[in-house]
Amino acid sequence: MPVIEYIDAIRLAMKEEMERDENVFIMGEDVGLKGGVFGTTKGLQQQFGEQRAIDAPLAESAIAGVAIGAAMAGMKPIAEMQYSDFMFPATNQIISEAAKIRYRSNNDWDCPIVIRAPIGGGVFGGLYHSQCPESVFFGTPGLKIVVPATAYDAKGLLKAAIRDPDPVIFFENKKCYRLISDEVPDGDYVVPIGKANVMREGSDLTIIGYSMPLHFAMQAAEELSREHGIEAHILDLRTIQPLDREGILEAVSKTGKVLIVHEDNKTGGIGAEVAAIIAEELLYDLDAPIRRLCGPDVPAMPINPPGEKHFLLNKEKLKTAMLELARY
Amino acid sequence: MKQAGSVQHNHRHNALGLTDERAVDMYKTMMLARRFDERGQLLQRAGKVNFHISGITQEPSQVAMGYAMDLKHDWFLPYYRDYGFVLSLGMTVKDLMLSIFAKAEDPNSAGRQMPGHFGSKRLRIVTGSSPVTTQVPHATGFALAAKMRKEPSVAIVTFGEGSSNQGDFHEGCNFAGVHRLPVIFVCENNQYAISMSVDKQTRGRICDRALGYGFPGIRVDGNDPLEVYRVVSEARERAIAGEGPTLIEIMTYRVTAHSTSDNDMAYRTKEEVDLHRAKDSLPVYKQYLTDAGLWSEEQEAKLQADIRAEIDEATQYGENAPFQRVEDAFRFVYAEQSGEGH
Repeated sequence: MPVIEYIDAIRLAMKEEMERDENVFIMGEDVGLKGGVFGTTKGLQQQFGEQRAIDAPLAESAIAGVAIGAAMAGMKPIAEMQYSDFMFPATNQIISEAAKIRYRSNNDWDCPIVIRAPIGGGVFGGLYHSQCPESVFFGTPGLKIVVPATAYDAKGLLKAAIRDPDPVIFFENKKCYRLISDEVPDGDYVVPIGKANVMREGSDLTIIGYSMPLHFAMQAAEELSREHGIEAHILDLRTIQPLDREGILEAVSKTGKVLIVHEDNKTGGIGAEVAAIIAEELLYDLDAPIRRLCGPDVPAMPINPPGEKHFLLNKEKLKTAMLELARY
Repeated sequence: MKQAGSVQHNHRHNALGLTDERAVDMYKTMMLARRFDERGQLLQRAGKVNFHISGITQEPSQVAMGYAMDLKHDWFLPYYRDYGFVLSLGMTVKDLMLSIFAKAEDPNSAGRQMPGHFGSKRLRIVTGSSPVTTQVPHATGFALAAKMRKEPSVAIVTFGEGSSNQGDFHEGCNFAGVHRLPVIFVCENNQYAISMSVDKQTRGRICDRALGYGFPGIRVDGNDPLEVYRVVSEARERAIAGEGPTLIEIMTYRVTAHSTSDNDMAYRTKEEVDLHRAKDSLPVYKQYLTDAGLWSEEQEAKLQADIRAEIDEATQYGENAPFQRVEDAFRFVYAEQSGEGH
């Protein structure tokens, strides 16, 4: 099976879906001729033409809003936000419109749109090229939100998102683009939305997370196994809305100790909801208090290297927290 | 050479391509919208419904807009005062009554949304919301889809002059201008955004904003429905010919308060309102039809009786219809089966 980069998996998903269905198109800033500022849409305009890889004017609310209109007309748009930090002008379109179109029309209209937006730091992007805005959209009924950590999931989840009859936000991690490569089968497959995935089996403690920090958890888990004989069970949520409740409870039941990790800041983050689900269902099965390891509650990360490093999660931070919990 | 007894085709509406029958139907639709709107206000005052929002004196231009469009192919994105517009697109008074009574059978939202939030896929009327102007980029998106699929469809979207200050107005217009999309942007400038008069909303003319987006902007007198019909028809022809969008500013006036929850005497005078009410184009258009030999007092009496009966029946139907079952109140957040939708 070929090993490909996370960013190539995203591009491949779009290319295959555009070949499969002529209603699928991509729209965003610089996505056409240039192929995106990261190269995510490279070659799509050459293959599919200007009308299906549309260079949109620099206006995020229109990118979302025009895509929503086209989706209501029966198209399958992929709207790209260049950075998730810049998608807030489109928030009204996403939350007031896309999320509510089916419900407010009593199923008369629907809005099968995908909004792709890169999240995450570690690229010296400073305050406004590094954010994780998941919690802004999380908890909005009508939206689905997927957050792949691997190339395999990036391709399979994007295909599922494009085929989904409802609006899906696809938060891709820009640090993963070139850093993460894994086996991706040739040809068609989808990863179901709403289904978590066990990345590593273990019996001592459970890590629940999504996106880039899971790779730190995996590295830390290998070291803890080697050095301390501690075996971590790692669950990749993959979809944060709707959350896979059964998957979460099953993973926690395996060990009775849980550490929730994400790069988005701690307060009001997805981890709070995951912790609440565990507390509602499994409180008396726990052997330790629920722990969270998240981005700090500051507006965003600094661009200076020590400041950025201090903000971000890494293998060492994970390892320390995991060891402490395992010994609790 | 005309045969003896044939109709003289020398009236304004004939020159615009409107048959006598359609010119008369326009009047009937305007009057239906007026009487529905008045009934809506009465029902709210009587405590029968919670809320009504009015478009009185804006109906003649709204109906003219609808009659200028192709009901089979075009897409319609109305704003909340557009009773005349949606009635001209095939929505019925019964539908509107079901909406103001918030009943299950309401085609707009099954009684989920406030009145004036129109939507009917069957009638190609696109579902709308309350945050204003979000529908403008949607119209651009419908036009983009039409262009991509090479369909002979034009999207027409309406909004108020207050709304035209929102970013979505500018973003939607600009995108449509860049891509020369078949869309008509219609500002129904009724001079007030709740309590704020137009001079507090903008220093310039709304129609002039089109210049910045590279397409024509036209101001038209809303009290002249035939002129509105002409301007919208021409905009539609331009759109179909691939010549891109048009911005139309219809000059009108909001004679009612913003809604039944507003007291407009707190921010304007009765004299000002009366001055504009006197310019109501509904009796003027009736006189036009009468002068053209297409309308009579007998027909007027019959029309009023018919409308009254229709509205009475619709009111009774709406009032007696069931609400959506609470078991269904939370349905359709997502498609209920994979692949569902329309």
